Amino acid sequence: MDIWGETKIDFLGKRWILFIVSGIFAIIGLIAIVAIPLGKANLSTDFEGGVAIQFRFEKPLEIDKVREILAGSGFKDANLQEFSEPNKLLVKLKRTEGDLAGASKALGDVIARGLPENPFTIDSTSEVGPAVGRKLQKDALWAILISLVGILIYVAWRFEFRFGVAAVIATFHDVLFVMGFMWILNKEFSLLIVTALLTLAGYSLTDTVVVFDRIRENLRKRTKEAVIPLINRSINEVLRRTIVTSLTTFLALVALFFFGGEVIHDFSLALLVGVLVGTYSSIFIASPILLFWKGNKARPVAEAKAP
Amino acid sequence: MRSIFWRIFLLAAFTLIAVVLFLPSTPASRHLPRLWADNIPKIVLGLDLQGGMHLVLNVDQEKAVENHVQRLSGSLEDEFKRKNVAYGTVSREGTTSIGVTFPDEKSKEAITRVVADEFGVFSTPSSVDGKLVFKLIDQEAERIRDWARSQALETIRNRIDKFGVAEPVIQKQGESEVVIQLPGLKDPERAIQLIGKTAVLEFRLVDESMEAQKALTTGAPPGSEILYQLTRDKQTGAVQKTPYLIKKGVLLSGDSLSDARVAIDSQYNEPYVSLTFDSNGARIFERVTSENVGKRLAIVLDGNVHSAPQIREAIAGGKAQITGGFAYEEATDLAIVLRAGALPAPVNIIQNVTVGPTLGGDSIKAGVRAAVLGALFVLVFMAVYYKVSGLAADFAILLNIVMLLGAMAWLNSTLTLPGIAGIILTIGMGVDSNVLIFERVKEELRSGRTPRSAISAGYDHAWYTVIDSHVTTLITAAVLFQFGSGPIKGFAVSLSLGILINLFTSLVGTKVFFDIQSEKFRLQKLSI
Repeated sequence: MDIWGETKIDFLGKRWILFIVSGIFAIIGLIAIVAIPLGKANLSTDFEGGVAIQFRFEKPLEIDKVREILAGSGFKDANLQEFSEPNKLLVKLKRTEGDLAGASKALGDVIARGLPENPFTIDSTSEVGPAVGRKLQKDALWAILISLVGILIYVAWRFEFRFGVAAVIATFHDVLFVMGFMWILNKEFSLLIVTALLTLAGYSLTDTVVVFDRIRENLRKRTKEAVIPLINRSINEVLRRTIVTSLTTFLALVALFFFGGEVIHDFSLALLVGVLVGTYSSIFIASPILLFWKGNKARPVAEAKAP
Repeated sequence: MRSIFWRIFLLAAFTLIAVVLFLPSTPASRHLPRLWADNIPKIVLGLDLQGGMHLVLNVDQEKAVENHVQRLSGSLEDEFKRKNVAYGTVSREGTTSIGVTFPDEKSKEAITRVVADEFGVFSTPSSVDGKLVFKLIDQEAERIRDWARSQALETIRNRIDKFGVAEPVIQKQGESEVVIQLPGLKDPERAIQLIGKTAVLEFRLVDESMEAQKALTTGAPPGSEILYQLTRDKQTGAVQKTPYLIKKGVLLSGDSLSDARVAIDSQYNEPYVSLTFDSNGARIFERVTSENVGKRLAIVLDGNVHSAPQIREAIAGGKAQITGGFAYEEATDLAIVLRAGALPAPVNIIQNVTVGPTLGGDSIKAGVRAAVLGALFVLVFMAVYYKVSGLAADFAILLNIVMLLGAMAWLNSTLTLPGIAGIILTIGMGVDSNVLIFERVKEELRSGRTPRSAISAGYDHAWYTVIDSHVTTLITAAVLFQFGSGPIKGFAVSLSLGILINLFTSLVGTKVFFDIQSEKFRLQKLSI
């Protein structure tokens, strides 16, 4: 089955507009990166240090009442997060020092006293010392950097240096885009989100490599063709594959997003957005960037205008 | 034809092996023969799926060094007395140094010689204002730090074994940390009490020369200190602090115990901890009690007075009891920590992630549901889009999943919720290799090739693309494995294994299918 026949879309034609659009998204991502150390982002307890307790109540609860109870007992700084199920609640306390276990116990006691008619069980607790949080933040940044360098080296070795640079820029763009997206929605940055970012880096790269592979093949086969039509042709040739694979990955992720449960809900959301933007970037960012480097000097960039 | 036969044989053999490997990890394992179910490594469920506690402890190694230096200063003093060396006072200075004051030049020399001859762990002393300062050499301090961590790990392992948790994981991390994983734990708070208690037990005399209340205002006389007894009111939970004036000299410590058991007092029906000293400890205990009849002997645990009974007579036989206000559980846990021994230094819990069994169960259900549905979506899509070839790709996906589970069982790897997500992603991304090949074959068909040559050209061209795209995913998976903690490592494992196996199932699995079509049936048209 073929959804459409052979395509001849001019992907590079609008590259300047798309560069600007992508640049804006990347800047939002960069703002998110700056916001994280400034404490203007929703960081998980893993990264921030503190206490997080997830409660499961017997009956649905009114979040405002819980907020009132907590504020009245010296937990003004408590951060409450709701779930799709109305009887669940996550309470986070940012604590950089002191007795975490004690704070966590006190929090449970306060809620138990405040809501005697609605007993709860604790689904999960997490108490993280500030040193651990700082170390994890650092580790996460290193992980992202190391994988980008690994990617650059591999692609530069298998293709040419400029392909490596283009692939890394496109991948970095995707990571930034998803970070910015999650930041604007005020989603929590956790270890799982970092995992999603790295996975998406791998996925986006796969997509880019497939396009590059075809460009390289055509560069060898069609020594006379100008660069822009050649890249356009290559993208058109692999377009079907790009879309089908994105679709299958997307389908798998949709299942994860809707049925995978609350723990990996945001993780799947980040990947869903990542697959979309990863597909976009391999076509509209990675390939046009190649134009900034002159490869074969004898080859014209654009087709000569007919006289 | 031979080659087709062998490839099918290979696929079937691998599939069979995979099934043999992973079935014991499923609920079906109950119905399998024991010989099979018991001897195959299993997929372990991560703490996020089965519930449990993940703790990271930091061992206070400086405190261990300090304690060691404190002990050395005692031995130093004993040695001076034994050798009749004149000295003023011996005291620990900072974490790693001991200061010894000396009356004259002659004794200064004697002190230096004794320390150099008998204690080879100090550097050349510096001398200021009639005081010699001996500093512990760095290698020795480092050795004690290492020792403290290993010892803490052993002690904790010992305590957990006695407490009884199935399949705990206890290992070192970084310079000074210990990671503890306790799957399926019922009572996290109790476990923390048990693990985190330093459990230094000391028998010391109560200083009767002054009232404790008076010492609070005037300060403790030299050689004594104020310690508190903490009693908790069983009704209100309020903690009451009673001061005691306790002599600094430790008469006997927990090191001399050979056993500690919980027992029930027949008179008051109250639990207590019964202690048995080793032979040396029993001798000391008898001597101490006979020399101090009428005085009070304080039992000090981790710097708090537990009780301070009066010594009525010399106690022979090396038995003692710790009584007073225990719940049965408390007494049991105290007996466990005393039997397992004290920690060489206090530990701080720097990370505690506990997942309850309900959430774990929910996550398993949600994960399995998402995996089944995700697989279904992809399988249906492929069959509709690529028709018969799509079915071949579907078959390859199923092989991929079976082999992935088999490989995970074989490697005894841990399945976490992100790990399940990794499997689902493998399904979605794994079809990519077949999509690449199919699209290439279609292209070759369009350019006018026969099915047979289109297949071989398609595979040849797609080969490098498939490899390249897999390697890039593997790079990020490797980084994730290196950097991630438990659940995320699980994700990296399932993703990278899935990708590797996918190479095999797509390049060998679906290729066989095409080869059968083109060679055996000599089809003129491919369903693709």
